[in-house]
Amino acid sequence: MSELIRVEDVHKTYRMGDVEVPALRGINLTIAQGEFVAVMGSSGSGKSTLMNILGCLDRPNTGKYFLEGHEVGSLKPDQWAYIRNKRIGFVFQGFNLLSRTTALENVELPMMYNGFAGQERHQRAIEVLALVGLDKRVDHTPNQLSGGQQQRVAIARALVNRPSLILADEPTGNLDSATSNEIMALFQQLNTGQGITIILVTHEADIAAYARRQIVFRDGLVISDRVSEQVIAKMEH
Amino acid sequence: MQAFMTLRIALRALARNKLRAFLTMLGIIIGVGAVIAMVAIGEGAKSTIRAQIAALGTNVLIVLPGSNVQGGVRAGFGNVNTLLDSDGKAMARELPSVAFVSPVLRRQDQVVAGNLNWGTLAQGVAPEFQQIRDWQVAEGRFLHEGDMDSAAKVAVIGQTVARQLFGNDDALDAVIRIRNIPFRVVGVLGAKGQTGQGTDQDDTIMIPYTTMQKRLMRITWVQSIVVKAVSAERVEEAQEQISLLLRQRHRIGPEREDDFNVRNLSDIAEAATTTARVMAVLLGSVASISLLVGGIGIMNIMLVSVTERTREIGIRMAVGARSRDIMLQFLVEAVVMAATGGLIGILLGVGSSEVIKQWAQWPTLIDPAIIAIAFLFSGAVGVFFGFYPAKKAANLDPIDALRYE
Repeated sequence: MSELIRVEDVHKTYRMGDVEVPALRGINLTIAQGEFVAVMGSSGSGKSTLMNILGCLDRPNTGKYFLEGHEVGSLKPDQWAYIRNKRIGFVFQGFNLLSRTTALENVELPMMYNGFAGQERHQRAIEVLALVGLDKRVDHTPNQLSGGQQQRVAIARALVNRPSLILADEPTGNLDSATSNEIMALFQQLNTGQGITIILVTHEADIAAYARRQIVFRDGLVISDRVSEQVIAKMEH
Repeated sequence: MQAFMTLRIALRALARNKLRAFLTMLGIIIGVGAVIAMVAIGEGAKSTIRAQIAALGTNVLIVLPGSNVQGGVRAGFGNVNTLLDSDGKAMARELPSVAFVSPVLRRQDQVVAGNLNWGTLAQGVAPEFQQIRDWQVAEGRFLHEGDMDSAAKVAVIGQTVARQLFGNDDALDAVIRIRNIPFRVVGVLGAKGQTGQGTDQDDTIMIPYTTMQKRLMRITWVQSIVVKAVSAERVEEAQEQISLLLRQRHRIGPEREDDFNVRNLSDIAEAATTTARVMAVLLGSVASISLLVGGIGIMNIMLVSVTERTREIGIRMAVGARSRDIMLQFLVEAVVMAATGGLIGILLGVGSSEVIKQWAQWPTLIDPAIIAIAFLFSGAVGVFFGFYPAKKAANLDPIDALRYE
C-alpha cells in the first residue's frame, strides 16, 4: 500500500502569554493509504494538535508534513483550503452542521467551493446521503435529526468530494454507546468498502478498538504505535 | 464560488433574520428616501424660482447701437443710427434661440387728455413687447401688427397714466394728445409696480414703434431692440448669434469693433445659479450624513453577524472555503442589505414627494439621475461599511472559529 501521510520530526509549541507550551515534541509518523488509525491520549497529549496539522488547519513550527508525497505543511492558506476541500473530510465531535440548513444543503456545502454545477452537486449529495443511510431525510434540518443522524450527515459531507483521508475528532463523543457503535461501523464500512483512509481521535479504548492501528500520545510524543490483529467485527445494520 | 450562489447564500442568511435585516435596512431606507424627497422638493423650488426669475427677464437681451464718438466726446449707448428695425426682424426670422423681438424707442413726453396733462415715458414698441415683458392687459387690447403697418395713432396706457389722466373714468377709446397728435386709447395695461431701482413701470404709455419713428421722432432707425431668448439656458447662445448676425448685416470686418452692444441681465441669472448651487451642496451633505448613519448601522449588524456566525465560518473554512469566499459572502450580504434598502428608499422618496406634491401643493421634481446616484451610493455604502466586518470574518483562524461557542 502506498504512503498517504508522512510526518517528519514535527514540533509545535503554543505560546500562552509568556509561557511556551510544547504540544508536539518531535513526531514521526507514516500512514499508508487505506489504513484505519485511532489516535489516543489524554487531553493535552498533543493529539488534537496533530489532527490540526494533518487537516491543514495549523502549521508545524519545525518538521515536515507530506500528504500524498507533497510537502503541504508550509503551503499558503488558499492552497490549504483547496486541499481541505479536495483531499480531506472532517468529522467533528459536535457535528458542526449549519443550523437551519437541510441535510442536503449541508452535504452540498463543500461542493460550493469547487465549482460544481447545481445538478451534479445535487446528484452527488443525494448519492452520499444514501451511502450513509439518510436518503429518506435529505430535507431535514439538523434540529429535526437525532445525534447519530446528524453525525451521518457530517460524514456524508466529509465524503462528498471523494477525499482520500477522513479526519474524525472524537466523532462519538456526543453519542450514546449504541449510536457510537453504528457510527463506528459506518467508518469501518467506508474504510473497507471505499478504501478511504480514516484517522480517528478518541480517548475511549472501545472506540479505538474499531481501528486496526492504534497510536497513543503522551506529552507531545508517540509512546505506542501498534497494529492489532483483532478488530471489532463490522456490525450489520 | 459562482456569483449567483454567493447571492443566494447572502439572501438566505438575511431571510433568517428578517426583522433584523429590515431594521438594519431602515437606516438606508430613511436616508435614501429623505434624500430623494428633499432633492425633489429642492428641484421643484429651484424650477419655481427659475420660472419667477425668467418672468423678471433673465432671458431678455437688450441690443443697443454702439456709442458715437465725435471729436473725442464719447456719447452714451443708443445715440447712433446703426440699428434698424430690419435688424430685429432678421433676428426673429433667422435665429433659433430667439423667441420674441421688439424694437423700443423711448422719449419723455407730455400727454394731454381733456384739461389734464401728465409727463410720462412714451415707448414705441412692437406687439411682441407684451410677450417679452409678460405684461397683461387690464382693459381693451395690446398693440397689434396692423397698428405697426399703418403707423396707427393708437396707444396703450399704463395704470399710473390712466389714474392721472382719467381718475376713475373709463380711459378706453378716449383720445389723448402727444405733441398735439391725437391717439386713441385702445388698452390699459395691468399693474406692474416698481423696478428694483424705484422706477414706476406703470408710468408709461405705449404706441406702435412705427408711429413713434414717423410721427414723434422722425427717424428711421431704432434706439434699441429687446429680445427674448427661448429659455434662460439659451441666453448666451442667443447673445452670440445676435452678435454674429449683426456683424454680418452691418458688414463689420474681422478687426473692427462691434457697432452695437448686446446686454443681458446676467446678474440675476448668476444669483439664481449660485442659489441653486448652494442648495445642491446643502442637500448633498444632508444626503451623505443620512447615508453615513445608515451605513454605520449596517456595519454594526454585520459585526454582530460575524461574531454570531463564527462557527459557521469555521465550518465553511474547514470544508474548503478560502478567505476570499468568506469575505465575498459577508460583503455581498452587506451590499444586498444596502442596495435593497436603497431601492425601498427610492420608492419611499418618490412616494413621499408625490404626497407632498398632492397635499402640500409644493411643486416637486424628480430627476432620474438622482435616483441612479442614490442607488449607486447606497450600494457603495454597503461595500464601504461591509468591508471591515467581511475582512474580520475572512481573517478568522479556522481552528478558533470551529471551537467558538
